[in-house]
Amino acid sequence: METGTSMVKRGLAEMLKGGVIMDVTTPEQAKIAEEAGAVAVMALERVPADIRAEGGVARMSDPEIIIKIMEAVTIPVMAKARIGHFVEAKVLEALEIDYIDESEVLTPADDLYHINKHDFKVPFVCGARNLGEALRRIGEGSAMIRTKGEAGTGDVVEAVKHIRTVNEDVRLVQNAAPEELMTIAKELGAPYELVCEVKQLGRLPVVNFAAGGIATPADAALMMQLGCDGIFVGSGIFKSDNPAARAKAIVDATAHYQDAKLLSEVSKGIGTAMRGMSVGSMKEEEKIAPRGW
Amino acid sequence: MKIGVLALQGAVKEHCQALAALGIESLQVKYREELDQIAGLIIPGGESTTVGKLLVRNQMMEPLRELGRQGFPIFGTCTGMILLAKDLDGIKQPGIALMEMTVVRNAFGRQIASFEAELDISEIGEEPYKAIFIRAPYVTSVGAGVQVLSELDDKILLVREGNLLAAAFHPELTADYRIHQYFVDICRQQRRLSA
Repeated sequence: METGTSMVKRGLAEMLKGGVIMDVTTPEQAKIAEEAGAVAVMALERVPADIRAEGGVARMSDPEIIIKIMEAVTIPVMAKARIGHFVEAKVLEALEIDYIDESEVLTPADDLYHINKHDFKVPFVCGARNLGEALRRIGEGSAMIRTKGEAGTGDVVEAVKHIRTVNEDVRLVQNAAPEELMTIAKELGAPYELVCEVKQLGRLPVVNFAAGGIATPADAALMMQLGCDGIFVGSGIFKSDNPAARAKAIVDATAHYQDAKLLSEVSKGIGTAMRGMSVGSMKEEEKIAPRGW
Repeated sequence: MKIGVLALQGAVKEHCQALAALGIESLQVKYREELDQIAGLIIPGGESTTVGKLLVRNQMMEPLRELGRQGFPIFGTCTGMILLAKDLDGIKQPGIALMEMTVVRNAFGRQIASFEAELDISEIGEEPYKAIFIRAPYVTSVGAGVQVLSELDDKILLVREGNLLAAAFHPELTADYRIHQYFVDICRQQRRLSA
């Protein structure tokens, strides 16, 4: 019996495909998420919209909160560590968390290096804005990728931009001749072997979810139609005025993302979405996505 | 002959690829009307609470239970095994509940305990079978009509009850298609029986 292999780390992400992972801050919210049909929850002290509003240094959540959430539900529980903070990640691994998000939503702990994720038995998910960034994270051992989007805004535009960029980059690699791949790897800043793997597969070698700004069932279906494997919803559910109804509607929309009739049904009567803020009106230094490299 | 893969959530594509490798056409099944077009159904790995809820919301639970009773082949992997079990060791969650067995969810522990192991499965041949277990369930007891096809350290991992097959692991994640072939054979037999 062998634990912590790349296969079992990537395998859990495969099992989450077509599903919705929801940010929760209390055991009660975790139960609402599970009841709505979430495939996993992200245990947090504050959702990204509050981290954004309150400012200060955002760190790994209090283990006590994480443990209470783990006890409240039977679905997988994820939690966030700061970029480069391998000790926070070891703490989360010791708690037996199911997945660690090395997340730009928290204040980075290292301005140069991400965590060496090969050093863990628990799998990691990391954010990316393009193929190069995604492959660097996979090279470091990430078993799952998500678009960064712009967390805590409720504005889906950055998530769309990031998945479209990844898709464009993948097409470029697919159409390249073998002798062009090393130069492409150099330009992307990505490991050559992984670039070759992308050419062979025609997609990222790991599961790729959407995150950062998804607030409505239609947003979720949009990201699925653009080729994402599943959806993270951060502030979008518990910052809306009817979290239970919205959570369920987003689950249904993700499962049936091509069914416009069903999308119109589930979008009805679920109350007002989070108010949010438009990314276009934000200053560059207010953005979270550029954190990490 | 076309075999369906329940496509509400989980590792759908991988099962379709395994079937394609065996020369079998697959259909991703999301609606109950599509059940008429297939000779058998695979319920893939995923999150069992999610898939159970989506089956209820889609009004597919009852039709699937009825089909299963009439001899329609169903193969559940991980989540599918949980959905096929009549008893979940006290836990209540929506299921198809057709097989006489008790299944414990996340029985090996959380993700950190997920593992790979080699199994002996004489029904599919001599060669050991490499199985992937992810937050996996296992079967603790079975009824008289249930055939145990593989176990490891007294944990039951692969079972068959007539037209129903259930694995605690993920044959869709490896390129060893012998278990898929075994299910394809069950579908063929059932088709001959009903013809």
